[in-house]
Amino acid sequence: MANAQGPSFERFSTSIPTMPSAAALGPMKRTQTPVSTGTSVLGLRYDGGIVLAADTLASYGSLLRYRDCTRLHKVNDNTVIACMGDYADFQYLLSIIEQKAITEDCMDDGFNITARSLHSWLTRVLYNKRCKFDPLWTTFLVAGSDMDDDGQKTEFLGYVDKLGTAYKDGIIATGYGSMLATPLMREAVEAKTKDGGQLTEQDAINVINDCMKILYYRDARAHFRYEIAVIPTTGSARIEAPVEVKGDWQVAHLIRGYE
Amino acid sequence: MSSIGTGYDLSASQFSPDGRVFQVEYAQKAIENSGTAVALLGKDGVVFAVEKLVTSKLYEPGANRRLFSVDRHIGMGISGLLADARQIVETARTEASNYRGEYGGDAPLRYVTDRVAMYMHAYTLYSAVRPFGCSVILGTYNVPEKKPEMYMIDPSGVYLGYLGCAVGKAKQAAKTEMEKLQLSDMTCKQLLKEAAKIIYIVHDEVKDKSFELELSWIGEHTNGRHERITGEVFTEAEAYAKAALDEESDSEIDES
Repeated sequence: MANAQGPSFERFSTSIPTMPSAAALGPMKRTQTPVSTGTSVLGLRYDGGIVLAADTLASYGSLLRYRDCTRLHKVNDNTVIACMGDYADFQYLLSIIEQKAITEDCMDDGFNITARSLHSWLTRVLYNKRCKFDPLWTTFLVAGSDMDDDGQKTEFLGYVDKLGTAYKDGIIATGYGSMLATPLMREAVEAKTKDGGQLTEQDAINVINDCMKILYYRDARAHFRYEIAVIPTTGSARIEAPVEVKGDWQVAHLIRGYE
Repeated sequence: MSSIGTGYDLSASQFSPDGRVFQVEYAQKAIENSGTAVALLGKDGVVFAVEKLVTSKLYEPGANRRLFSVDRHIGMGISGLLADARQIVETARTEASNYRGEYGGDAPLRYVTDRVAMYMHAYTLYSAVRPFGCSVILGTYNVPEKKPEMYMIDPSGVYLGYLGCAVGKAKQAAKTEMEKLQLSDMTCKQLLKEAAKIIYIVHDEVKDKSFELELSWIGEHTNGRHERITGEVFTEAEAYAKAALDEESDSEIDES
C-alpha cells in the first residue's frame, strides 16, 4: 500500500499486548480441548468372548498426524481396553494402569484385576476429573471376563466416557461408530441368534471387519489400518496384527451434493 | 565383640571408642539367626534359593515368603527379620515404580540397589531408629545386553555385586559349596538344581527341624521376567537336591 507520507501503521493495533490476568483465565484448565485424537472403537460380545477393534490413527484436527498408534491395550491375560479421544490422556491412564498391573504381578498371589473392576475404577477416575472441570478427554471400552451370579465365567464389555457415564452391554460402539456401526452390529447379531443360533468368534470378527470398513468409508477421521483384540472368556486375550481395508474409491464420483 | 555391654551399643548414632557401631553389628547378628538365602549368577540369568525355616506345623504351607518380585524384571531374596525385609521390599518397589513414572522404563538394578542401600544406611545414623535386621539380594537379567546382574545389601547400607552370594545362618557353608561350581559357565537350568542342593546341604536338621525350599529365577529363558518356581520344575530341582544329599550322607558313613 503505497503512501506519500511514508508507511502507514493504521492496520496494526496500537494497544500493548498483555498476558490475561489469572482472574480472567478462571480456574486452571488443561485438557478442555482434545489435541491428538483417535476416532471410534467397537466392542462386540460373541458366544464365549469379546472382540474389540480400533484403528491405528491419532488425528491432529483433520490431519492424519500419527498413523501407527495402537489404541488397544492388553492389561493382563483376561482384560483388554480400547480408547477413543485424546491420545495423550489415554497414554497417561495407560501408565497408571500398567503400574497397577505390575504391582499386581509382584504380589504373585494369582489374582489379576478383572475387567469389571477396571471398568469401575475408570468410572471413578474419569468422573472425579470431570467434577474438577478438567476431564480426561477419553471414552473407554473395557473387555474381559466376569463372574455371573452362579460363579460361572461370562463375558464383560463396559463403556465409560469422559463424564463418567458408564454402562455395560454386548454391543458397544463409540463416537461415529455409535451411529454407523451399532445398528449394523445389532442387525448382524440378531440375524445370527434369532433361531437360537450362536455368534462364534469368527462371526464376530467378520461383523467387526464389515463395520470397520463402513467406518473407513464414512468417517473422515478413520484410518484404513486397524487392530482387533480377541478376549476369550477362558484362555488368553490377544491383540492381532494390524489389518488394512482395501478401499475402493471408484464409487466416489457417485457421491454428489458436497461440492 | 569384646565391648558388648560397655554402653556404646544402645544407639545407632554413637561410635564405640574403637570406631564401631554396635547396633549395626547386632543387626548383622540377627541375620545369622535366620534361614539361609543364596543366589547364583550364571551365564544366562540369576537363580534364587531360600531356606525358609518353619517354626510351627500350624502354619499354612507357602506362608511368609522370603522371595519377592520388586518389579517384573527384579527379583529379591531376603534373610533376617521378615517384617524388616518386607519394608525393604516395599521401598524397592516404590523406587522401581517411581523410576518408571519418571522415565517410562524398567529401572536399572544398579539404580534400585543404590537407592535401597541409601535408605538402609539412613537407619544406621540416628538414635531414634534401629538398623534393618535383614540382608537382601537383588537380581536381574538384561535381555538386550544378555547380562545378568546381582547385588547384596547388608544392614550397614553397603552393597556389592556378586557372582554367587549367600546370607543367613549357613552362609559360610553355602559359600564353600558355591566355590566348587563354575558359576559363570552354567545355565539357569543347571544352577537351579545346584542352588536347591546347596540349601539342602547347609540345612541343619538337628537345630532347625523343618524348612520349606523357595526357588525363583530370572534370565534369558524367562525373557527377563522374575518368576517363582513351582510345579514340575520345582519338584525336579528338589528331587535332585535330596538325591545329592542322600549320596553325600552315604559316602560319609563309608568314610567313618
